[in-house]
Amino acid sequence: MPITYTSGEQVEVYRFSFPVTIGVPLLALFVQAFVPLRFPRFAVYFDLPLLVTIFFAMARRSPISGLVTGSVIGLAQDMLGHNPIGIYGIAKTVVGYGASSLGVKLDVENAGARFLVTLGFYLVHAAVYFTVARGLVNMTQTWSWPRGIVAGLANAFLGVLLYFLLDKFKQRT
Amino acid sequence: MESVLGRYRNLIILVGVLFLQVLGLAMQVKNSGNDEEKTRLIRVWAVDAVTPFERAVVWAQNGSRDLWHNYFYLRGVRAENRQLKQQIEHMRLEQVRLADDAAQARRLQILLAFKEQFISRTVAAQVIGSSGSDLSRIIYLDKGKNAGIEPDMAVMTSDGIVGKVLLVYPSVAQVLLISDQSSGVGAMLEKTRLQGVLRGTANGEVVLERVMSDEQVPVGETILTSGGDQIFPKGLPVGKVTEVGSGKDLFLTIKIKPAADLSKLEEVLVLIEKQEQPAASEDGVHLRASDILAQRLPSVPDKPAADAKSAAGAAGTGTANAATPLQAPIKPQITKAAKNSSGASSVHITPLPGPPTEPADAASTPSRKSDGTGVPTTAPTTAAEPDAAQTKPAVPRPKSGSPSTPSTPPPPNSQPPVDQNRPQ
Repeated sequence: MPITYTSGEQVEVYRFSFPVTIGVPLLALFVQAFVPLRFPRFAVYFDLPLLVTIFFAMARRSPISGLVTGSVIGLAQDMLGHNPIGIYGIAKTVVGYGASSLGVKLDVENAGARFLVTLGFYLVHAAVYFTVARGLVNMTQTWSWPRGIVAGLANAFLGVLLYFLLDKFKQRT
Repeated sequence: MESVLGRYRNLIILVGVLFLQVLGLAMQVKNSGNDEEKTRLIRVWAVDAVTPFERAVVWAQNGSRDLWHNYFYLRGVRAENRQLKQQIEHMRLEQVRLADDAAQARRLQILLAFKEQFISRTVAAQVIGSSGSDLSRIIYLDKGKNAGIEPDMAVMTSDGIVGKVLLVYPSVAQVLLISDQSSGVGAMLEKTRLQGVLRGTANGEVVLERVMSDEQVPVGETILTSGGDQIFPKGLPVGKVTEVGSGKDLFLTIKIKPAADLSKLEEVLVLIEKQEQPAASEDGVHLRASDILAQRLPSVPDKPAADAKSAAGAAGTGTANAATPLQAPIKPQITKAAKNSSGASSVHITPLPGPPTEPADAASTPSRKSDGTGVPTTAPTTAAEPDAAQTKPAVPRPKSGSPSTPSTPPPPNSQPPVDQNRPQ
């Protein structure tokens, strides 16, 4: 799989217009909240806000920007549920920071790298969520590797397609 | 020092942001009793940002679907119409039988001065969104405080219960589904009348807990609400038992398939008003226990009116606002028979094979439902009716604190609890 190690000077840093910065996460939240009404399994296997977080973090390649993006999207996702606000926030903050840090070091522009990165960060996200929900909030959670792997692969596949779509909105700095 | 801060700046900011969120979480967990109020404003922002899109999409979707189905796609409507007419005929016959049962149930409730609970008003609402997470099983409705919806109101469909209202905004309401793991509903088995607590699991299943492992629970049995949670009226359909397994601490774990399809909710009813009042007979006349028993005992001879008057004065029981007895002369015989209840022909009330809190005379009930539930069959019908001002009695509810309302169901053949209104 062609994951190439690059220096900070070699990677390109992108930015996004204000409507895209606001609209894409909002659209992801909307789709995530609406589609399960028709396809209930969607919410079990897909996490669109997570994919958007990873995409923005990797494209901007700035850890601070990544963690802020992840934090805002995660908190917004928390607000739509009834659980305490901050569980998704913490998980996506970690993912945002990690994805942008990885984006600085690796070339994550090709499909294979994106697939692996998304799969990995889905599992990181699930692990952080599980830890926080169980350890801090005392929610009843059960960890399932098969479900985690299947959902990770599903998200990675959807992520690759979504990233190519979102690439159209990239603007060079 | 500065170089260290500069070198680890990103990491320090990460730790700071995480620390703030953990702090926020800890505060919410600590104030779990009223954290909904504290985080309410923040949640309003997110809901206000997302629900307009959802509302617009649902509106467009319904509009186009209605246009297609109501004006263009009318294939098979005649055949369906014929089929529905046949179904109406069948249901009319069934209704006659059930009306008789319901009337009997009402008479029996009067015996013990039960309070009846009426579903007096419901609001139909459209489901416009969800949390988008399988760890928070909630849905959003397109109606809120402006439509009279308030927290802790029951939400149902014509098939069964759905959940309860959690948070209410001016034009949106958040509903916690019964499949969420933080949900809890008082429920009971229809035939055995075993009571338990209905809960959701982490993977979205619905289970009935707190049923002792030495009880027999058949697969396929219907689960009804017990009314113990003070949110759902008693007798609403919940679902059917799909699997029975041994749980922890001597309790069974009973898996339930919800009657309402929680994964495909489109329209729901919110129960915005319940009324509780003493049970009344169909014609509005309150009957004494003895009157009802007298109607059922044709072999009891009539007595002179004078005896009846004195006996009525002596007995002096019945509901406070009891009307003139329909067959007052026979009351003394009934009373006597009840006191000497040692033989098979004695008059005493045995509990319904249905609800433990609704004693009745099982022997003299030719028109009883074969399944013996004893639950008024108007409940699902009432729940199914859309919108506004319904006055059909939905389900009976025992008077709280009454000596005739045992918390646990008695054995099927046990004697009923003593009630002040029963003839002695």
